[in-house]
Amino acid sequence: MEILVCVKRVPDTSENEIEFNSAGNDIERDDLVYSVNEWDNYAVEEALQIVDKVGGNVTVVTVGDDDDEEILRREMAMGAKNGVLISDEAFSGSDGTGIARILAAFVRKGNYDLILTGVQAEAGRAQVGGMMAAMLDYPFASLVNSIEVHDGNLKISREIAGGNKEMNEIDLPCVLSIQTGINEPRYVGIRGIRQVASVKIPTLGASDLGVEPGAVGEAAAKVKRVDYFVPALGKGAEMLQGSREEMIDKLIELVKAKGGLK
Amino acid sequence: MVRIFAYIVHKGGALDDASAELVAAAKKIDAASSPTAIVTGSGVDLDAVCNSLAASYGEIWKISKEALAYPNSDLVRKALVSVLPAGSILLVPHDHFGIDLSPGLAVEMNASFVSDVMEIGGIEGRYLKLVRQEFGGQVSAHMQCDISEGAVINIRPGAFKPVESAPAGGKVVDKSSEVADLAARRRYLETIASEAGDVDISKEDVLVSIGRGIQEQENVEIAQNLADAMGAVVCCSRPVVDAKWMDKSRQVGSSGQTVKPKVYLACGISGSFQHLAGIKGNPFIVAINKNPKAPIFQVADVGIVDDLLELLPELTNKIRETVK
Repeated sequence: MEILVCVKRVPDTSENEIEFNSAGNDIERDDLVYSVNEWDNYAVEEALQIVDKVGGNVTVVTVGDDDDEEILRREMAMGAKNGVLISDEAFSGSDGTGIARILAAFVRKGNYDLILTGVQAEAGRAQVGGMMAAMLDYPFASLVNSIEVHDGNLKISREIAGGNKEMNEIDLPCVLSIQTGINEPRYVGIRGIRQVASVKIPTLGASDLGVEPGAVGEAAAKVKRVDYFVPALGKGAEMLQGSREEMIDKLIELVKAKGGLK
Repeated sequence: MVRIFAYIVHKGGALDDASAELVAAAKKIDAASSPTAIVTGSGVDLDAVCNSLAASYGEIWKISKEALAYPNSDLVRKALVSVLPAGSILLVPHDHFGIDLSPGLAVEMNASFVSDVMEIGGIEGRYLKLVRQEFGGQVSAHMQCDISEGAVINIRPGAFKPVESAPAGGKVVDKSSEVADLAARRRYLETIASEAGDVDISKEDVLVSIGRGIQEQENVEIAQNLADAMGAVVCCSRPVVDAKWMDKSRQVGSSGQTVKPKVYLACGISGSFQHLAGIKGNPFIVAINKNPKAPIFQVADVGIVDDLLELLPELTNKIRETVK
């Protein structure tokens, strides 16, 4: 089975604070640590496990620039056979529809049985996989948390409310968006990264893919982010201050009053 | 004026909260709007849903097909493309169904798509102004969406409070004949219920909940010790289950369990809306997190910025002394 996994390099903000830039219209991106989007990493692992069972190849692709090559190499160190960087000035400022259009053009150039994305990336939009499927006229399923390969189709489960699983059968070729927890992604060591450090990663642009520059990029984007701001959702917590000991005493008093100590 | 539709999710003939929330969202797009409900399904369940919708919608379009008895998004998408007028705005709940349905639907309608919208600022020229969040709720973003060719907008569950209004007395319009036979390339087989765990966290009054901040499997014990001292039970957010450190039955959130405790200690949990959606009954929430910008602090009653791996053992010891 030929499997394509679409991946994205994102700021790792699970452990880092986000600061705004001086203009206040974007976050300060320079100091952030970047890594492969967590959902995408599960998708690559799932593709590798499928290929281990039924044979075939895994290709990873990203739309970005030279900085994004590092995540392709990381996923190749996991076992993906090919990595492709899609990069062009004309792609800059694309919205989700634009990115899906670029990826769909790449898919048409190949011969893939299965295309995987992560459910979502850092912006939580959860959109590129479903859009790409519609453009390619392939069936689509989101939030996939198990895959069984059958002849000409897959048996998949989707994560739905309350921890329940929705079982589906889906024809190939198709696009699936992969949920975290579907597998346990393998560890990638320095040695693995070194082994793929000199592998040539082809770069494809608009003309290679036959993408009309006017159909993607900022000019074609119908959805735009105007700026960022700090959300003020609730009234905000009463923040305990002082030494750790003082905070603990206060906390015990409060929790006790609310019936939290038996 | 742009016509607004709301896709109605229902189960076993019953509506969920989203049907009223989508009306509230439509009013934020245009205060004068009267959104049209679109509902798919079959049989008596569908009729019951149409009756319930009459209270809040002026017009209800129903699509009744045997093939739509289960909301398979592959089929629902085809049905909606057949009936939705060009240029309209469709509101859909941003849940496991909306995530499945909407991105592809927007492409097929040649419309714009924005997901997980939590606030709406109205229409300005050809743009709809929206607010959504990024980075797990750490920052919000003002968005503008060109609606000149229509839009599909996924609405965050719980973000729009239903508005009181006079009974709308909705008239039901049967659109079934406009939908051709539906053949799916994705077929629904069955729903497998989640397996019960050793403890039913939905029935516990005091919960010590751990998230990504617990860092390693060995550290789960720190939370367990605290819970033991408090007479509480340990539960968790999604990353802990993804890492297989706790059983799925202990997960709080829209894809896990819904809990309604009196006291909820959120330790190393950032507070994504999917997690918060699983906490009901307005408990006393304590948030402990290293990151002062974690969204959990906005919904918690009390917050402590500290390293939980150091704080929790000290807290445990102190409680043991107190209880003695």
